[in-house]
Amino acid sequence: MSYKGLPEVVTTTRRNLLESAYFVEIAKGLVVTGKHLVRNLLHTDEMPTIQYPDQKRVYGPRFRGRHRLTKREDGSPRCVACQMCSTACPADCISIEAAEHPDPAIEKYPKTFTIDLLRCVYCGLCEEACPCDAIRMDTGIYEISADNREAFVVDKEFLLNNDKDGTL
Amino acid sequence: MLAIIIEAFAKIGFMFLLIMGFVPLLIWAERKGSAFIQDRTGPNRAGILGIRLAGIVHPIADVLKLVFKEDVVPAERHRFLYAFAPMLVMIVAMSTYVVIPFGDYIEIAGKQYSLVVADLQVGMLYVLAVASLGTYGVALGGWASNSKYTFLGALRATASMISYEITLGLALMGLFMVYGSLQITSIAAEQGTLIWGWLPKWGIVVQPLGFLLFIAAVYAETNRTPFDMSERDSEIVAGYHTEYSSLKFALFFMAEYAHMVVAAALISALYFGGYQIPWLPRPALEANAGPLLTGGLLVGGVLMFLIASLYFRRARREKGWYNDAREREPGFLGSVCVVIGVALLGALVLKPWLLGHAGASLFATFAQTGFFVAKVAFFAWLFIWVRWTVPSFRYDQVMRLGWQILLPAGLANLVITALWLWAVH
Repeated sequence: MSYKGLPEVVTTTRRNLLESAYFVEIAKGLVVTGKHLVRNLLHTDEMPTIQYPDQKRVYGPRFRGRHRLTKREDGSPRCVACQMCSTACPADCISIEAAEHPDPAIEKYPKTFTIDLLRCVYCGLCEEACPCDAIRMDTGIYEISADNREAFVVDKEFLLNNDKDGTL
Repeated sequence: MLAIIIEAFAKIGFMFLLIMGFVPLLIWAERKGSAFIQDRTGPNRAGILGIRLAGIVHPIADVLKLVFKEDVVPAERHRFLYAFAPMLVMIVAMSTYVVIPFGDYIEIAGKQYSLVVADLQVGMLYVLAVASLGTYGVALGGWASNSKYTFLGALRATASMISYEITLGLALMGLFMVYGSLQITSIAAEQGTLIWGWLPKWGIVVQPLGFLLFIAAVYAETNRTPFDMSERDSEIVAGYHTEYSSLKFALFFMAEYAHMVVAAALISALYFGGYQIPWLPRPALEANAGPLLTGGLLVGGVLMFLIASLYFRRARREKGWYNDAREREPGFLGSVCVVIGVALLGALVLKPWLLGHAGASLFATFAQTGFFVAKVAFFAWLFIWVRWTVPSFRYDQVMRLGWQILLPAGLANLVITALWLWAVH
């Protein structure tokens, strides 16, 4: 019963006398680690570590960060409270309360629009679902912190004026 | 009488400084070295006014943290032994060192003072006796904590001590047979001579197998990887010091590094010529003190300027990276290097005065002690290097290696040494 032609029995090679005396093998290992050490000592700036608060990783334009609500020319939200995003949301983190829009050309507008950022999984399905391009995740903000849970539940005003300062 | 007391205290002071100076440096080397071996950057945040020195300031922060931490103790501990164990470990680590010479002698005002705290004729027996006491601290600490994990750690430490102490003794017996002495100062002095006029009579040259046995046994004695089974975190939490916190833990932690320094000093004193510089015995050092001092100062001064130029280049490159005190660091360190370099080159002008007043003898002493400290630093670093290179042995593998391989090899080494000595004489 072999899987994809691989042999059934794993064969192990016995260590020869020199290998089982350890000292030569340990010396070889020391050479390997020593090479890493010397290379990193001589080229400290080529190390893969990003010195995080001082340097930041550059993300691509498609990176999904904190959400924002886009605006019309007059500054009101583009959102028509159709509930498509909150329906699509797998984490169930968007809650919208609709109200009648004064302009007869527009049916509804969101009276409240809150996102629980602690529940959000940043999947981007709300962006995909939105028929009006009203919600976007293109702010690039990923450093989201607060000292209480309530602060992570952000409202319409916040989402409309979401800028890149990173604080809640 | 007073002179003797002052002399003893001066030597003890130097010894204490050597060990306690090495401990934070080794903790730093352990963290930074392991980081560089694993392609990480390691500690680089803690600093005093932006001076971080690649993380050397971190041990200070570590110790401060441990001093101010709450001392959590198990309720069912043995009160006296629980507090006594970390002290015992530290006392043993410090007192092992007294018989190891850190130089030949120093000549002050026409009098010669030997550079060893206690020049015992049975120095090696003293080392063996006191070093095995260190395991008592570990065993007592593990037992007095009244916890399963600490107890297992203590058991393992005791088992490895019993197994490897024998190998340690056997390896050293070969050395005694060759040098014909138990006194470490005379062993170190003997190692300054040459075999056939060109090969230094170092312990590793006359006892190569003995050296391998000794270094394996010493790694087991100091509880370092690959024999770190008494504190293996993946199996028994933290081993014997699981229940220790705050300053008691700090003592255990520092004692581990103090043990490493002592072990490194032993390796270099017994197998790598101690304070002896190969092919440059003390008379040659004294006779050539002038040119050697010139060369040393020149090389040191030029090296300092090279390091300073590297720092200044870094200062230019890192301009605007942080926008805080850290940005001043490379410039400051570069300036310090320039000052040291100027001082070293300036000392060239003062050279006749230096040699005339302090004498060539003092130069020879400093050169030998410096060489010894360099050897100790290398072997202490080897402990760290090995730890971050090889995986640990399993408990049964440690026992099999100790009893079935190292013990017969030690006996064989003795027989071979005896036969060789019999054939030579």
